Amino acid sequence: MRYLPHTDEEIQEMLEVIGRKDLDELFCSIPDECRYDGDLNLPAPLDEWGLNEHADQLAEAMTVTNEYKVLVGAGNYHHNIPETIPSLASRSEFLTAYTPYQPEMAQGTLQGIFEYQTLTARLLGVDVANASIYDGASALAEALLMGLRASKKKTKVAISSAIHPHYREVARTYFAPTEYELLELPVGDDGRTDLSGLGDIESLAAVAVQSPNFFGVIEDLEAAADTIHAAGALFISSFTEPLAYGLLRSPGECDADIVCGEGQSFGMSRSFGGPGLGMFGCKKKFVRSMPGRLVGQTTDLDGQRGFVLTLATREQHIRREKATSNICSNQGICTLIAAMYMSSLGGSGLRDLAKLNYDKGEYFKAQLVKNGAKIVFDSPTFNEFVVEFKEDFQPIYKRLLEKKIVAGLDLGKYYPKLAGKYLFCVTETAGKDVIDTVVGEVKS
Amino acid sequence: MKELSELVFGKDVRYSDDHEWASASGETLKIGVSDYAQDQMGDIVYVELPEVGDTFAKGDEFGSLESVKAVSELFLPVGGEVVAINEALEDEPELINQDPYTNWIIEIKPSDASELEQLLTEDAYRELLKG
Amino acid sequence: MNENKTPGASGLIMNEPLLWEKGKKGRCGMCVPKSDVPEANFPEALQGEGPDFPDLSEVDVVRHYTRLSQWNFGVDTGMYPLGSCTMKYNPKINERVAATPALAAAHPMLADEHVQGNLQLMYELQEYLGAITGLPAVTVQPAAGAHGELTGMLIFAAYHKSRGSKRTKILIPDTAHGTNPASAALCGYKPIPVKSGKNGILDAQTIADVMDEETAGIMVTNPNTLGLFETNIRQIAEVVHAKGGLVYGDGANLNAVMGIIDAAKCGVDVMHLNLHKTFSTPHGGGGPGAGPVCVTAELEKFLPTPRAVKDGDQFKLEYDCPDSVGRVHGFHGNFGVLVRAYSYIRTMGPDLKKASQFAVLSAAYIKERLKGTLKLAYNMPCMHECVFSDEWQQEDKITTLDIAKRLIDYGYHPPTIYFPLVVHGAIMIEPTETECKEDIDQFIDTVKKIVQESKDNPELLRNAPVRSKMRRLDEIQAARRPCLCG
Repeated sequence: MRYLPHTDEEIQEMLEVIGRKDLDELFCSIPDECRYDGDLNLPAPLDEWGLNEHADQLAEAMTVTNEYKVLVGAGNYHHNIPETIPSLASRSEFLTAYTPYQPEMAQGTLQGIFEYQTLTARLLGVDVANASIYDGASALAEALLMGLRASKKKTKVAISSAIHPHYREVARTYFAPTEYELLELPVGDDGRTDLSGLGDIESLAAVAVQSPNFFGVIEDLEAAADTIHAAGALFISSFTEPLAYGLLRSPGECDADIVCGEGQSFGMSRSFGGPGLGMFGCKKKFVRSMPGRLVGQTTDLDGQRGFVLTLATREQHIRREKATSNICSNQGICTLIAAMYMSSLGGSGLRDLAKLNYDKGEYFKAQLVKNGAKIVFDSPTFNEFVVEFKEDFQPIYKRLLEKKIVAGLDLGKYYPKLAGKYLFCVTETAGKDVIDTVVGEVKS
Repeated sequence: MKELSELVFGKDVRYSDDHEWASASGETLKIGVSDYAQDQMGDIVYVELPEVGDTFAKGDEFGSLESVKAVSELFLPVGGEVVAINEALEDEPELINQDPYTNWIIEIKPSDASELEQLLTEDAYRELLKG
Repeated sequence: MNENKTPGASGLIMNEPLLWEKGKKGRCGMCVPKSDVPEANFPEALQGEGPDFPDLSEVDVVRHYTRLSQWNFGVDTGMYPLGSCTMKYNPKINERVAATPALAAAHPMLADEHVQGNLQLMYELQEYLGAITGLPAVTVQPAAGAHGELTGMLIFAAYHKSRGSKRTKILIPDTAHGTNPASAALCGYKPIPVKSGKNGILDAQTIADVMDEETAGIMVTNPNTLGLFETNIRQIAEVVHAKGGLVYGDGANLNAVMGIIDAAKCGVDVMHLNLHKTFSTPHGGGGPGAGPVCVTAELEKFLPTPRAVKDGDQFKLEYDCPDSVGRVHGFHGNFGVLVRAYSYIRTMGPDLKKASQFAVLSAAYIKERLKGTLKLAYNMPCMHECVFSDEWQQEDKITTLDIAKRLIDYGYHPPTIYFPLVVHGAIMIEPTETECKEDIDQFIDTVKKIVQESKDNPELLRNAPVRSKMRRLDEIQAARRPCLCG
């Protein structure tokens, strides 16, 4: 076995030093009643070439492949990824390192995360961003718990029902065994969260809104901030598509207290939904209530600038059950990928790419409307929107699938009232020809 | 870490078993930690303070001291209402390492002034440290 | 031996500024496609200025990250005997499989019939992990070990709730992983610390004394963080079960016992695994990992949804589980990590048992050869890791930290230090099965040499490292005046 270097001779030499007669005797402390019966019940080993063939077979079983244009976003986006990113991110000095506990030999990871924190804070308009949470959904759950921690004594949080349905499910899972109450806020006819009932909720610690929301609608975050703060609660702003902030006012600029969301758009493949990364930031005054790893700048004995993990007293290994979270990792390599993506695009490129996504969405919407479809929510959108067709869309969906286009996502599974209405996403990866093909089918 | 003979003790202060001190100044009491406590903690990097107006009973946790890799809770030696916090510690937590008696942490209005008398005298506290 | 001649100990160290200290406005390191649609007006009221990012060329970015990478040390660089972290070799082929275009490009909300390959892989991985642990029902959704622990605790809470009881406490031994109390606290359980016995092993009577009907169960790390097998696990499980509690097995140390123990036979009800430890997926400087949870058939109904199931010759995602704790991840977990672990299991097959045997062999060998050099915490048969302390170095005023830092000068990543907390000044060494004997011998010789240096020239240790990119960093300054953003 090519990963196991010990030869029979070496095994004997080592056993002799230890004073055991064979490998089995190494496990003499394990009682018989705990032992595994027989050999591991697993398929016989594949060599490298056999594994390649097997992977090819799994790939062949996929009927929607990478050749398809998938016009679905809903929290997982198809953007172009420059070849520099997989090439740099696969450098094994990054990939095969552990959490940077020994800063002297992990400055690559540490400076990389510090840069990620900085670019993320600039993108989201917050004072501080952490080294990441697992994903957008757990980031929201952590933000809600943080909101309760920072508000002390309060017991309720409210989330918009225009937040990604899966994120809301995860938040409910996290809250189920707690004493806290998680409320959902309705969505108005304009596709924006209806915050008018906030004043009636007592003991409200925090309110979460997503923008652009699950329907692609850009929320009026400034107005939301005023309403939420007037209700005495902290404002949590969630997102699934960070590219939008190349164009939109950032949540921090709109006075969000905590900002959290999914960063997969920034250089990560769709990968069936993971790994991505939970981007997470907040105002400076809340930093000690924040979950997750943080990298800070310092100096070494020679006075040179360097970076270390810091503010660790918030974390589980020190504060144990009183920690701000049980999280003890971050999305490491994904943070570096996101930083590589942000720095490759730069400020100018991010702006241009965000605008291109917006323009594509607007063109797509206009063409659909021209051909009899209706855009369900008339508020501004970024690169996603909800469409209602005059007649049953299923036959058209099937025809488009034959042309290797996945035309949107039926919302019925997530919002029964919106059954038959479709959420579409269009990014820079779909050319005008793809949009025109969809529109052409709708027209006929 | 300091030997018992190297430890410094405060003037006119009484000590708790948890290594906090209390010292009367008029109607109020100043509260801090002993030289032994700061020495055990090592370099203090953060002091978590309560808010003015908070009320605690004797023995309640009112804040904490943090070093790079440890947290130590602070327990109030005498119950009362917080009337002042030492804001200088927010920016310079190391002041406690430099002089733990001048650099008090909070000032309280005791709910029962006689609780002060129940605390350890310097001699009793020395005995406690001897173990 | 001279540190200058040690392989990997010396190198060219390039300087490199922070990203925003480079670049020029107007550069771009990535193609933005030309627009093929008309420009549209974006509402001004919603418009921002865009973030202040540096503009860099492609070469700027490539040089930047290449240089940063050179300041890092990974498993591919050299031996990384970081106890409890199982820094084994991360096979290259697994990266290729994970990048298979049809698998990696899949959107997570496509219809089941369109993603049969991915679902088959998830289903089979669940089956394999069930076979390896003996706990047949598996979720692969949790994104990390701690996330798996949380999922396990949610299952504890759901189980007790289904039986009409709400328990408030959980037993956590001092030899369990440090994350356990925080994970349990998220589910409203108050951790009750339990002391391990004289020989580092839990005693069933100690558990019997504290286990009651207010207690949800126990979280046991086995082998524990001292690298010792909890010999009394069966009796402990019986005590806990008799009071209606459940047994959580923290599987972070599974690398010692694959094909050796059956968790179900040990009495474990719920167990998480760390795919980034035992199943060779790269740690990535902190993540992403994956923390699947395996449970008994009785607890299957509480697992998170959705899960991949097999229906005839088709695979599908099952959502209809009314007793489920719910979803713990935005989609299906860290699928890309699952692919790598799946590839590893398919490559190893039943030889996974050999991996465990060799992992234990290597640790036992190090323990034997170093036990005259460093003070052994517990002289018991060790599993995949062994724990020493700096007790014998105290007379020279040399600490575990000094030894660790000096190892860096010799081109090694130090072992885990100051953990577990039950051993003062702990040095926890886990070589893993993928280090060959010469490298292990060289490591042992280096530790011996450093201990000799601690007597002959202790300043070498106190000033170490001197051959790395940075010397010791000021963590006090970093924590006192946090600079978290440039």
